[in-house]
Amino acid sequence: MITGLPAFLTKAKGRLQSITLQFALAYGVLFVVSAVVFLSFVWWGTVGLLERQTERSITADAHSIFSTLAVKGHSGVVGLINERLEQDVDDNAVYLLVSSQNEWIAGNLEEWPAIVQRAGRWYTLNVKRIDTENMARVKAFNMPDGDRLLIGRDMSGRSQLSRMLTEGLLWTCVMVSVLAAGGGWVTRRLLRLIIASISKTTQAITQGDMTRRLPVLGLDKEMDEVAHTINEMLDRITRLMDGVKQVSNSIAHDLRTPITRARNQLEEAANQAKSPEELHEAIDQTIRNLDHLTDICAALLRIAQIEAGARRSAFAPFDFIMALRDVIELYDAVIEDQGLTLVHTMPETLPCVGDRAMYQQALANLFDNAIKFSPPNAQITITVKVVPPPTGPKTGPDHMILTIQDQGPGMTPDDMARATERFFRAEQARHTPGAGLGLPLVQAIVQLHGGSLKLSAGNPGLIVTIDTPISTGKH
Amino acid sequence: MRILLVEDDQTVRNFVAKGLSEAGHLVEQVDNGKDGLSLAISEKFEIVILDRMLPGGVDGLHILETLRRQGNLTPVLLLSALSDVDEKVAGLKAGADDYVAKPFSFSELQARIDALVRRNRNEIQPQTRLTVGDLEIDLLSRGVKRAGQRIDLQPREFRLLEFLMRHAGQVVTRTMLLEGVWDYHFDPQTNVIDVHVSRLRQKIDKPFGRPLVHTIRNAGYMLQE
Repeated sequence: MITGLPAFLTKAKGRLQSITLQFALAYGVLFVVSAVVFLSFVWWGTVGLLERQTERSITADAHSIFSTLAVKGHSGVVGLINERLEQDVDDNAVYLLVSSQNEWIAGNLEEWPAIVQRAGRWYTLNVKRIDTENMARVKAFNMPDGDRLLIGRDMSGRSQLSRMLTEGLLWTCVMVSVLAAGGGWVTRRLLRLIIASISKTTQAITQGDMTRRLPVLGLDKEMDEVAHTINEMLDRITRLMDGVKQVSNSIAHDLRTPITRARNQLEEAANQAKSPEELHEAIDQTIRNLDHLTDICAALLRIAQIEAGARRSAFAPFDFIMALRDVIELYDAVIEDQGLTLVHTMPETLPCVGDRAMYQQALANLFDNAIKFSPPNAQITITVKVVPPPTGPKTGPDHMILTIQDQGPGMTPDDMARATERFFRAEQARHTPGAGLGLPLVQAIVQLHGGSLKLSAGNPGLIVTIDTPISTGKH
Repeated sequence: MRILLVEDDQTVRNFVAKGLSEAGHLVEQVDNGKDGLSLAISEKFEIVILDRMLPGGVDGLHILETLRRQGNLTPVLLLSALSDVDEKVAGLKAGADDYVAKPFSFSELQARIDALVRRNRNEIQPQTRLTVGDLEIDLLSRGVKRAGQRIDLQPREFRLLEFLMRHAGQVVTRTMLLEGVWDYHFDPQTNVIDVHVSRLRQKIDKPFGRPLVHTIRNAGYMLQE
């Protein structure tokens, strides 16, 4: 028994910590409290009203007796009392007039009740009339001539009503308790059901089934919102996991190609080189291949890191146009050198918040591509525009639309869809240098800034469109 | 020149030490952080090359921070497999003078060592005028003259020439130019640097016959008489 009690208490405490039980209890308590308040009001409105009416009629009676005494004197009062008793059809009136020596003068009581000591106070007591004994509400008055007057009303009718009401209210209480318990239980079950669906799904996900999602039932706004948020979180986790999976696959497959190439070159040189020059040439070539490999690793790591959102800490205010002009300045010599022309349309300045170095790398990648695929004497067009937010007025910050168009071979729609996959290279691009990591990096950088990257046909050439909200630094 | 090399990987250590010795430097090699720290504190070196990640609890950044706390201003070059920009920034913030990511080419490392040592010497006397052969630039008026003849340069071309002049007689890699002149920490695929250098050559070399800007194969450029 001694050990049993703490165990029971611990269990009860543990149960109380359950949120569903707390909700159910809160529901029950709230229900009972409102029922009690409601029933008290009903009681006050019925039984209380009757009592107050009785008291009012007694007071009115006393007034008329007092005024009779003033007009007609002592005998007038006795006559009035007798008259009142004769006219009492309901047989519920109680009168008693006694002299200062406590001698009976008039009324339907035989003697002055012992309990009634003070005048002007309400008493509820058992009075014995000629033939019956009943509960009555009475009040005593001191007459100016020294007599004492007792006026009352038989309350038997009222007690019956009161008993009925009390009984009814008691039953109502029982019903309310049952309903409260039942409602609490239902509330608890409902809550448990909703929470169980969340925990079941998350458990499945924990065990590796990333395809599971919480059902959005459309029944409950708040729960749907929670489900929606959790689903969005799961989508993002899935995307990140896919990214990681893709990177490991890439490392397994795509990095093998340059490694194989380097290895074959070295082996060939070791076996077949006839002169030190040939050997040197092979070694230089291998070093270049390995450097290329290093670049690929760095780019892969960078994309993965940007996609994980880790670089948002480097966000700072900067002028996008200045950053863009800087990159153009780096590239214009090359563009001119290759007989290309660069046409640009852009506002004077465009202050925004972001990672300037990242944006410049993205722009450099886009320039690299445009230059690489442009035929001689072609034109590269770059435009920057600021447009209001796309959905309705004032739903967010303005957007920046940047497009770079070249006049190269362009891409087929299928290639465009795959162009931002790591290591993807379109058929026309196979013979150009590159690893298929440029656009994925641009996409990662644009997405880091909350924007999107779109490719479309320029006829001829390719149009790369970057659409980013212009962050002002307030989140 | 006396150089301290703290690097735990034997192949990399031998590779660097051999190259530096061949270039005529005296190299002290240490393979762990503890010995590296005590040597760096107790002896005088003209440059310290530190691997960032070292076994035995004392890593490169720890050595660097300890040195700087003691007011030791020996140029420190960090070597690291952590190639990311953020890592680079963290290293420079801790007081490093330069940062080379692994894998690296020896020419890149040597160019950066030379640049560091040169900078360390130059800082003693700030210059307003740089001269190589008959080419001279005025850092205050931003004027360029060769053989007494004025040459007009774009602002960026001037900064490129200034960088080359400050490192005259040393190999300057393309990455160093991108970092030093443009402040970019990524390598563009296009040969943008080559084109800029070639434009500079058009202005400062071509009209005068004798070239001052030389291409160093597999490494970069060098401005030299």
